[in-house]
Amino acid sequence: MHPAMRRNYGNWAYHEDPQPGVLLHVSKDGQKVWTIKAATQRILDVYTIRKICDIADQYADGYIRFTLRSNLEFIVTDEAKVQPLIKAITDAGFIVGGTRNSVTTLSHTQGWLHCDIPGTDASGVVKSMMDELIDEFTSWNMPNRVHITTSCCQINCGGQGDIAINVQHTKPPKINHDLVANVCERPSVVARCPVAAIRPALVNGKPSLEVDERKCICCGACFPPCPPMQINDAEHTKLAIWVGGNHSNARGKPTFQKLVAAGIPNNPPRWPEATAIVKRILKTYKEDAKDWERINEWIERIGWPRFFELTGLPFTKFHIDNWRGARASLNSSAHIRF
Amino acid sequence: MAEHFETPMLDELENGPWPSFISGFKRLRDNHPEERIREVANSLLGQLEHSYETRKGYWKGGTVSVFGYGAGIIPRFSEVEQKFQASKEFHTLRVQPPPGNYYTTDMLRQLSDSWEKYGSGLITFHGQTGNIMFIGADTENTQTFFDEINDYGWDLGGAGPDVRTGMSCVGAARCEQSCIDEQRIHRTLQNNFTDDVHRPALPYKFKFKISGCPNDCQNSIERSDFSVIGTWRDDMKVDQEAFKEYLNTKGRQYLVDNVISRCPTNALSINDDDTLAVDNRNCVRCMHCLNVMPKALSPGDDRGATICIGGKRTLKIGDLMGTVIVPFKKLETEEDFESLVEMAEEVIDFWAENGLEHERCGEMIERIGLVNFLEGIGVDVDPNMVNNPRQSSYVRMDEWDAEAEKWFERKAEEAAG
Repeated sequence: MHPAMRRNYGNWAYHEDPQPGVLLHVSKDGQKVWTIKAATQRILDVYTIRKICDIADQYADGYIRFTLRSNLEFIVTDEAKVQPLIKAITDAGFIVGGTRNSVTTLSHTQGWLHCDIPGTDASGVVKSMMDELIDEFTSWNMPNRVHITTSCCQINCGGQGDIAINVQHTKPPKINHDLVANVCERPSVVARCPVAAIRPALVNGKPSLEVDERKCICCGACFPPCPPMQINDAEHTKLAIWVGGNHSNARGKPTFQKLVAAGIPNNPPRWPEATAIVKRILKTYKEDAKDWERINEWIERIGWPRFFELTGLPFTKFHIDNWRGARASLNSSAHIRF
Repeated sequence: MAEHFETPMLDELENGPWPSFISGFKRLRDNHPEERIREVANSLLGQLEHSYETRKGYWKGGTVSVFGYGAGIIPRFSEVEQKFQASKEFHTLRVQPPPGNYYTTDMLRQLSDSWEKYGSGLITFHGQTGNIMFIGADTENTQTFFDEINDYGWDLGGAGPDVRTGMSCVGAARCEQSCIDEQRIHRTLQNNFTDDVHRPALPYKFKFKISGCPNDCQNSIERSDFSVIGTWRDDMKVDQEAFKEYLNTKGRQYLVDNVISRCPTNALSINDDDTLAVDNRNCVRCMHCLNVMPKALSPGDDRGATICIGGKRTLKIGDLMGTVIVPFKKLETEEDFESLVEMAEEVIDFWAENGLEHERCGEMIERIGLVNFLEGIGVDVDPNMVNNPRQSSYVRMDEWDAEAEKWFERKAEEAAG
């Protein structure tokens, strides 16, 4: 931790935002620290790490912080160092931004690079989307901050976000019955299913498992404990987009994200269809929301019918929840916007 | 060295202005002095390209651990190893970062040097679990690398059914909204449960996350079983001169539209003399007005934390937010911290006893009911735990009088101090 932060631990008075990507914090004793925030590719090779270290040693007293969303933060106590540091960061290929009402770096997961159950890649999705959203990262044009997340399976390590791009499987698992008895602990696989669609069965004389495909919700929860129940499929593993997850307590209570679009092709290496929908949602939000409204608050004010109308996205029977507690999501009133 | 695998799809990810992870892999493949790393990077690129072409993943798990530990390594064996030999064992070591992710360049250089000796040369800052992810070591070097970095002070994080690596926000080190000592809370909890991090013996994962204020930048309420969120219970501090400055620079309408009318409990108004009036009894500490006017408004002095239990993502019963279990807890003295640890122990012990296999703490609470959980951990009911009282009349209430008496006794004790 930078010595100026150590000295002023718990003693900060306020902050200002001199320019996108730069924060100025002022302590009660008048100490000023400038934070320069910059995006990385998250998966860093040792050359990139050393490059970051060189910049920090030369301009920022040898200290580095990483944010939750894999951004770098360099801290300086001398205002004269801010612009040279920004230049050094930019020259090295990193992107300064991601503060205040911007679209900050997507939080993402491992994907095909390293996970054992992914339906898609995460780093590639993030790279592709941020290439197109970079102007929103380096500016303050959104009504409030936008957190976007990705996840490569329905376990959803990427977590909640204002916009979440998540894998959605559309077909039940394909079972390799020759392997189940050797690889899977069958009772725990049965127990793992959220809808009790899996039961033990003898197939071709071997102990295995079978899936009631009328009940199956294609969540893929059986795949991690039982890899022979392959859920990923080159064609039928799709992407879905959810909006309105917000963990902050500011103004309203924290909220979970809601489904808005599905059936989106899982289309490497650039995932253009998913990016197009994200951009459409962001454009509508930017034009229609009031200052400080996060996406969930904006939709709460204008109503879901208007959201679908403004974004041009279809509203389908799949948007109506049928999971436990679903009744609470129905409109039991005469409150209708015309 | 073997020929480079063709990567036409991944090459596409080198275009565009955003930093490219693929370019990093290629730097290792093309420039690294050590043949082993060049081979591994080439092989990894080949397998990833294969995934892009076929839209499938090709890693499977297994059992790899370091001596004395049952968790912290994510084993990865390639399912297409014939073709991509050099990265056929590509395990991850999850290593716990310093609270708040504060590093010196010396730390990062030292870790990079060690990783270059034994691993792939690729490190993720950070995984969604909060760990530094050292991705790509074979089974033997997993141990060697761990021994080396453990010698200079790093330890593995959690994985599987155990206490996971904790996470905390930027906190008191650089945020005026911080109401608690996030780093101390993080370290105190994590250090107390070190054994439970390394030995996966719980029903499922258990996460601690700490946010210094209700903005909850750490996303603790949605993503942790034990969420500690800083708050205050006296009046927020108002610098009326600074408020007038906002009024002069931003304008009255801006403040009415963006601050006064946005207060969720209508606790703010502007007096005729241009000072700000705050109804502190009805302020819910949402943080909005403090966020908009950080120079004028700040948290009060009587600070502590709200503790929410049971947050988690989808699997298996659907998303759950953490639920308020302790509306306010001081976290200043040694005793305060001891009682926090005791409470966490109570929660984990009760859940370890009563949780089903692969059942998160929040799911257990959903199954058994909040009251059974509270009785299990020895916490009294409190109206802050609910949005509203029960609406279903289907409940048996024989002991109403005794329960009502408990409430009055508690109130009398509180009044007596």
